[in-house]
Amino acid sequence: MDISAFVLFWAAIFTSNILLTNFLGMCSFLSVSREVESSAGLGIAVIFVLTATAGLNWLVYHYVLVPFGIMYLQFIVFIIVIAAFVQLLELVVERYAPALYYSLGIFLPLITVNCAIFGVSLFLVIRDYNFLQSIAFGAGSGIGWLLAILMLAGIRAKLKEKLVPAGLQGAGISLIITGIMALAFIGFSGIVQIQ
Amino acid sequence: MTKKDIFIVSAFKENSVWKQILGICSSLAVTNLMLNSLIMGLGVIFSLALANYTISLIRSYTPRSVRMMAQTLIIGAYVIIVDILLKAWMPEISKQLGPYVGLIITNCILMGRAEAFASQNKPVDAMIDGIGAGVGYTLVLLLIAFVRELFGFGTLFGFRVMGAGWTNWSIMVMAPSAFFILALMIWAINTYYYKGAK
Repeated sequence: MDISAFVLFWAAIFTSNILLTNFLGMCSFLSVSREVESSAGLGIAVIFVLTATAGLNWLVYHYVLVPFGIMYLQFIVFIIVIAAFVQLLELVVERYAPALYYSLGIFLPLITVNCAIFGVSLFLVIRDYNFLQSIAFGAGSGIGWLLAILMLAGIRAKLKEKLVPAGLQGAGISLIITGIMALAFIGFSGIVQIQ
Repeated sequence: MTKKDIFIVSAFKENSVWKQILGICSSLAVTNLMLNSLIMGLGVIFSLALANYTISLIRSYTPRSVRMMAQTLIIGAYVIIVDILLKAWMPEISKQLGPYVGLIITNCILMGRAEAFASQNKPVDAMIDGIGAGVGYTLVLLLIAFVRELFGFGTLFGFRVMGAGWTNWSIMVMAPSAFFILALMIWAINTYYYKGAK
């Protein structure tokens, strides 16, 4: 892949949004988006963890798994790296930035099981990105995810006072809104294609 | 509960996708073709049933503090088997499914069933619960894929169904249609199957 990291960064936010075109990170997306504030908190935590683990997993894959010829272990190794990183981050944040810990801390355990984090690590192996591209792709995907969850949370806040058919409340209406958002994002897709 | 009850409850009454809204990521991404959905569903049934069985076997020896990690590793091991088998026997489909085979590990259905059922029940019951939940998941996948492939490509399992004059609906191939179809499905099921019982 000879696409520049800068282009990849913007493409990951708009044209191949991790959530709206690749459907990754839906579980926490639907459950957390009830409130704008917690959505923002989770989104920021996702950006940070996604950027760091994309770089870490690239290094682990190319300097540990490939030399030893154990690429088939990538699923388990990536999960362990992500879980370990999140634990470590939790300890560091709790020790040095207690205020930040109280606002973001509760979201950190949720992130380990967020498929967006794991999915990005798998994408960068499949698409054969280099280190810089991986970091850019991770950061872009995180920002794209934050953008999507903030938009949904904003719309859902407005929707609270509206009448929604009984069977459609909760997940149903959120999925329809997400679908409309995805439609809007297709408008960007002519700018650059990365897959 | 008899074994048949366990199966019916986990496959239909408590279906992970439409009742608990779990495992949506992969159920949306692979549903543009029915064949892909079927293979993905079989992969999930396989790893879910065996992972549930294994987790239930060791449930009394696993310390609480490392329970989650142990469950993830067991699930991961079976997903790796699925991935290797797919790469060896169906390289074409393995390529199309891309990262979504690996993403079975983070599929909330697997962790959910492990936590909610396998860690408290006997191995055989846990396995039946796993098969049930997997079948329920596959059913949803196939239903969404049926609509998307029929209208998006005019085919079912790759065979031409629509006549020569059929114009493909390109929206059905793209991402938004998956969101809409799943939403409509949840709506219909909530209204007619659960009759508004909340």
